[in-house]
Amino acid sequence: MKPETELTCAELVELVTDYLEGQLPEGDRRRFDEHLAICGDCRAYVEQMRLTIDAAERLPDPELSSELEQRLLDAFRGWRSPS
Amino acid sequence: MSQVLADEVALVEALRAGDESVFSLLVSRYGGPMLRIAQLYVRSPAVAEEVVQDAWIGVLNGSTRFEGRSSLKTWIFRIVTNKAKTRAAKEGRSVPFSALGTDEPSVDPDRFRGPEDRYPGHWASALPSWAPEERLLASETLALVEKTIGGLPPAQAIVITMRDVEGFDADEVCDALEISEANQRVLLHRARSKVRRALEEYLDEA
Repeated sequence: MKPETELTCAELVELVTDYLEGQLPEGDRRRFDEHLAICGDCRAYVEQMRLTIDAAERLPDPELSSELEQRLLDAFRGWRSPS
Repeated sequence: MSQVLADEVALVEALRAGDESVFSLLVSRYGGPMLRIAQLYVRSPAVAEEVVQDAWIGVLNGSTRFEGRSSLKTWIFRIVTNKAKTRAAKEGRSVPFSALGTDEPSVDPDRFRGPEDRYPGHWASALPSWAPEERLLASETLALVEKTIGGLPPAQAIVITMRDVEGFDADEVCDALEISEANQRVLLHRARSKVRRALEEYLDEA
């Protein structure tokens, strides 16, 4: 491979989402994988992005106030099918 | 139609027939996520609650049109995002979803070696590990993630919330928000990069 086609770390970090989404064109994906194979810091970076996604997945759902729940229930009881 | 979707069609039929227990079940399942997404469009908690209420009326009014072609959650989210969008526009606070223009780089450029270096564009110093994972999933860390998402530009906040917090796939998000797949991906990338950065700063200090 020609050196000028190698990805730098600064370029790789801008492609991580395309990579994780499986949306990198074939040539770029290969260069991405080749870079990861030799760069522990970029492997750590991709892992941090995965952990970021994991953390977002674990956010607890907001609670509805009991007052809002009651209002929703009242609205449901008052609702009549428009048909 | 899959069994899950067939069950969801039955749930919506029960809802239309006035079954309160089904309504309560659906509110407990989707009410919190709906409130979270509404909040990203309108900011005021009271208005976000009104959006959630409007959305449930929209769900009831539209219930004859739910045919199980998408999941119930996707269908409900399409309704709540539409109601929230309309409400935000009324308040003069419409959310621009265009990902045109440049954003800040995903990583501070100072983290990379400069052009005069033998290895330009490579990390200037090693990335610290985030292990152990318990630290990452501690409630304080998750609170930081939530706060960071809440402080993102609204379009980025909405996309990362739908994709990563609520677990919708790219197609569902593009469909609900009426944005292109490429646009969705750019917004997701900017959002995830900023949340990673906030986590890095937080975990480095801890």
